[in-house]
Amino acid sequence: MFLRIGKFVGTIVVGLSLLGLAGCQTTGGLGQGEEGAAVDEAGAMSGGADARGAAAGGRFSGAALDDPNSPLANRVFYFDFDSFMIKDEDRSIINAHGEFLAANPDAQVRLEGHADERGSREYNIALGERRANAVRQLLQLQGVAAGQIETVSYGEERPAGLGHDEQSWSLNRRVELIYTRR
Amino acid sequence: MKTLLRNLGLLLIGLLLFQARAHAVLTIEITQGVEGALPLAVVPFSVAPGGAEPDTDISAVIGADLARSGRFRPLPPEDMLARPHDAAEVKYEDWRVLGMENLVVGRLEPNPDGSYEVRFQLLDVFRASQLLGYSITARPGELRRAAHYISDLIYEKLTGERGAFNTRIAYVTVQRPAKGETLFGLQVADSDGHNPQTILSSREPIMSPSWSPDGNRLAYVSFEGKRSAVYVQDVRTGQREQVTSSPGINGAPAWAPDGQRLALTLSKDGNPEIYVLYLYSKRLVRITNSLGIDTEPSWAPDGMSLVFTSDRGGTPQIYRAWLDGGRTQRLTFDGSYNASPDISRDGKRLAVVNGDGRSFHIAVQDLDSGVLQVVTDTPLDESPSFAPNGSMIIYATQSGGRGVLAATSVDGRVKQRLLLTEGEVREPTWSPFLQ
Repeated sequence: MFLRIGKFVGTIVVGLSLLGLAGCQTTGGLGQGEEGAAVDEAGAMSGGADARGAAAGGRFSGAALDDPNSPLANRVFYFDFDSFMIKDEDRSIINAHGEFLAANPDAQVRLEGHADERGSREYNIALGERRANAVRQLLQLQGVAAGQIETVSYGEERPAGLGHDEQSWSLNRRVELIYTRR
Repeated sequence: MKTLLRNLGLLLIGLLLFQARAHAVLTIEITQGVEGALPLAVVPFSVAPGGAEPDTDISAVIGADLARSGRFRPLPPEDMLARPHDAAEVKYEDWRVLGMENLVVGRLEPNPDGSYEVRFQLLDVFRASQLLGYSITARPGELRRAAHYISDLIYEKLTGERGAFNTRIAYVTVQRPAKGETLFGLQVADSDGHNPQTILSSREPIMSPSWSPDGNRLAYVSFEGKRSAVYVQDVRTGQREQVTSSPGINGAPAWAPDGQRLALTLSKDGNPEIYVLYLYSKRLVRITNSLGIDTEPSWAPDGMSLVFTSDRGGTPQIYRAWLDGGRTQRLTFDGSYNASPDISRDGKRLAVVNGDGRSFHIAVQDLDSGVLQVVTDTPLDESPSFAPNGSMIIYATQSGGRGVLAATSVDGRVKQRLLLTEGEVREPTWSPFLQ
């Protein structure tokens, strides 16, 4: 009668596989000094627009994306509190990614926007999306096709720093750029 | 208040559940009581021989429920001078000398089919009269529900307000078993944290659970497909359906009072806007249209309007939009940050996260007068959700560096904390009254 308690049937386990990896994709933080060279190189490649053969693209992507000294190795961009303004120092790096993507139209990236834990969770999802969109717009200015870019906001759900202080919060207000196809 | 706290001690109700899969044991701690709580005695119920040993100490559950409300101060059983189980056995003088105003007596009698007959009486000590008397049939495994139901009857009789003990809460758990590994869970538990059941586990975030008005289904956000999507899941069977997976944000589902519509946030048209999704026809109606963020809808009980968070005015504030014609009104003006609104079931109050950008508390705004009162004082409070009777608000906060749940009376005078044995717990949402 009124006390009937329904049985929960099983637990649904979802989303196994590699996943977690996306969250821990590396921070670059490298190679500001090398950026001029790599950007030039990317520029040279994009110059040969009609010659974007698989071999050329492949060779370049392998070299540039795996080179820890390339600006392309830097794939995390940080933001100020409640802001989605891209910092000046990140602009040239994002532009380098933009040039690379424009020159390699088969390459695809995923932009994951994040926020710190302060405030409400769904509002932070919206803030994370604004940040990801800011990076996307800059990439598109470089001629990257919309279809090469996927954005997702995790809000405060996937923090890089687990503390409850400015040190962690500053690590968490970020956009991670992840190459899903090269 | 301090003295009272000392008197109460920290009334610690350890609720242990021996269930293989339940990592998540919630312990409820009353951290702040209220002066003037009514003294009452719940005498341990007797168990007539002839049946299986009951798995629940009914009188202990009732006593803990009533204590948790902050409105009652149950007498510890060891201080009782007598242990009657029926009104006929009660010597009222025994209870008057202890200053008790009310007395609950009862007994369990096994039925031939294995169920129990639970009989109880609520007595007025000064008038020496019966206020309530019920007999309830409960099968084994249903005794806790029976106890919560009895608590509801007693609470309503003595306060004039419907009880909300026989209700449930849903919340999200987060475990980090190893570095770089995060496990999210969606759990449903009794309103006292007991009997937690995991209804969804994932390595990707789970967010924003919302109860259907009949308490049978939950809508929520899951990132299991590596981006957000809104699902509706039957709580009993576990069957579920994906209801939106548009490009961009699929968030903040909120069930309409009619059970047939979901309000939610989608950013498919460029920036986050509130939509209403008709669950049967899949028709989608856009409600907001601003350049800013619009999110976190919550329904007015009449289903005619929605409150939501928007930063259209520069900072996040709460607005109300009527569904018939698009009138929109700003509701909050105190503080530079108001978000995560929840309307009480009677439509009179709004619970919000209120802050200045640095610290965030739960506040309650009277919707008639517009007066906002901050009711918590911890710095990172979020996700307020009214109990269906409007007496308490459950919310998420930080304690010892991890996420815990807490509850406060709507006036902020009674507080309690619900501690999970391991991991974090967040985004609590209180169920409606259950049938």
